[in-house]
Amino acid sequence: MSHAIEVSQGPKVYGYIAEFEEAEQLVQAARKTAEAGYRDFDAYSPFPIHGLPEAMRFKDARVPWIIFFCGVIGAIVGYGLQYYVTVFDYPMNVGGRPNHSWVQYIPITFECTVLFAALGAVVGMFGLNGLPRPYHPVFEAKNFERASEDRFFLVIEASDGKFDAEATRRFLESLGPTEVNLVEAEEV
Amino acid sequence: MAETLTKPHDEEPLIEGNQTYASLTETVAGVVQRQKDHPKAWFVAFVLGFGLVNVLLLSITYLVYMGIGIWGNNQPVAWSFDIINFVWWIGIGHAGTLISAILLLMRQEWRTSINRFAEAMTIFAVMCAGMYPLLHTGRPWVAYWLLPYPNILAMWPQPRSPLVWDVFAVSTYMTVSILFWYTGLVPDLATLRDRVKNRFAKVLAGMGSLGWRGSAKHWMRYEQAYIILAGLSTPLVLSVHTIVSFDFAVSILPGWQATIFPPYFVAGAVYAGFAMVLTFMIPMRRWYRIEHLVTMNHIDWMAKIMLTTGLIVFYGYIVEVFYAWYSANPYEQFMMWNRWHGPYAPAYWLLILCNGVIPQLLWSKKNRRNLKLVFAVSLVVSLGMWLERFIIIPVSLHRDFLPSSWGMYYPTIWDFGMFFGTIGFFVMMMFLFVRFIPMISIFEVRELWSRIRPQRAEVKEVEA
Repeated sequence: MSHAIEVSQGPKVYGYIAEFEEAEQLVQAARKTAEAGYRDFDAYSPFPIHGLPEAMRFKDARVPWIIFFCGVIGAIVGYGLQYYVTVFDYPMNVGGRPNHSWVQYIPITFECTVLFAALGAVVGMFGLNGLPRPYHPVFEAKNFERASEDRFFLVIEASDGKFDAEATRRFLESLGPTEVNLVEAEEV
Repeated sequence: MAETLTKPHDEEPLIEGNQTYASLTETVAGVVQRQKDHPKAWFVAFVLGFGLVNVLLLSITYLVYMGIGIWGNNQPVAWSFDIINFVWWIGIGHAGTLISAILLLMRQEWRTSINRFAEAMTIFAVMCAGMYPLLHTGRPWVAYWLLPYPNILAMWPQPRSPLVWDVFAVSTYMTVSILFWYTGLVPDLATLRDRVKNRFAKVLAGMGSLGWRGSAKHWMRYEQAYIILAGLSTPLVLSVHTIVSFDFAVSILPGWQATIFPPYFVAGAVYAGFAMVLTFMIPMRRWYRIEHLVTMNHIDWMAKIMLTTGLIVFYGYIVEVFYAWYSANPYEQFMMWNRWHGPYAPAYWLLILCNGVIPQLLWSKKNRRNLKLVFAVSLVVSLGMWLERFIIIPVSLHRDFLPSSWGMYYPTIWDFGMFFGTIGFFVMMMFLFVRFIPMISIFEVRELWSRIRPQRAEVKEVEA
């Protein structure tokens, strides 16, 4: 990752992490961080918190669009397959029906739509999230194993233009966390 | 959202007791972490399931060696246990999708405690279902002929046939069910990764969790994808059993050709599925001490859904009788006469007793909260739904239009071997599942708890 910046003699810094005990505190802190002008920051929680992306001013509607287009492709593939088979490659008279008997193509077209859309949803979602990615600098942060249990974290990344080792640390401490710690960047 | 935060139906909470995020996590993840603490009942059930899996393997081996002549299928009854069990199992799977997808879209928050378990049931039930048509082809090693692909035979499957629709519907259903289940599992595997001490388990959970770290940006896309997957699964589950019912409804056989089949099959599927969820959940919640997560309310509501879908199914039976009379078609009328008075009449009346009469006990709230009674009713319903497919399939086939082509059907020991074998496979897989995978969605329980816990209510009052 290119997030790392050099701090004199110290370790490479990924950012500062603040730990909170309650989801509400995290939402408040995220809102204040966004208001303070930070852009490169992220919140970590053991469950999805409603209102948190809005507080972070984070918007991303690509997943629904990916799903939609995958569904459209699935419909075209499903219908096209049947059309190709019954009209061009293997025409067969079944009870006097026309070769292009579209009514009977509907079930398979529908199933293909759902199949492609569902695959698009899962692959698209994990892909945009940058997963699978077994290692990430925040995993090394103190107490971070509790981010999947009962603690809430806010990380301001060093790549943010407004990041300043001392000022950012003091800003995070002003948000009322239980602790603020340094997150070291990955050795490249 | 604010309205749904309070418990809509009852005063009793969805999660009982004084909990914390950590205690909820410990309850569910602890089952997987403390491998030495499993109840004796686990071993009994697993050994039983494993024993029956061996019966299944024996039955399949002999079947592949000899051919499907070892079954009782004949002319005119060319479809029997193979298709009965296929429809029975796939129907059982449908409750999982209903709980995980439809109840999610309807914001029925009580689903949180049972969706993971029910989804696992879906996957294993569809595996059991899938075995039957593949083995019924007689040459399962060329089962891939069912799929459309360019081949040197220069032939394609016939897309006008409901049986080919079935191939697409069931394989899509299987794929989407696994995707949905796995997507729900990823954050919980991350929890396991962070908790377990054993190095091997940690690496395994770490790989399964894909490096999930609970980022708010990830959660947002996750929820977008999850809710849309639920929206896709909902019509999918309806389409699967509709297409299964088309296997019959599209033919001209009396007893099969009926426009009521799609809704009546879907309702029957949910009915059988909830019966199976209850059959497993009632003992499981006690063995693993999760009664504060799967509360009496959950049992009560599942019993209500069972009662409702049971009434739809019973309505279907009545409509079939009505059609037989109203159509004035002698073949339809004979079909119904044959169900009532023919050689398989006891099966029909047992079906009415199991699916129509006994479930009426669930009208009473007291009965719905009597665990032994609900457990017994759910077993009766499972039997009833099996009998329903028996009545529809062999009983319709054995006497069709021409008396000269009538016959009788008697299952052989190999039919029962396959049937009980798949039950064993199902039991074994379910018990392996509860041992190695969190059987309740931990992150969803935490999320629910964050909204219903008492402190939160006080905070809201202060704000308001």
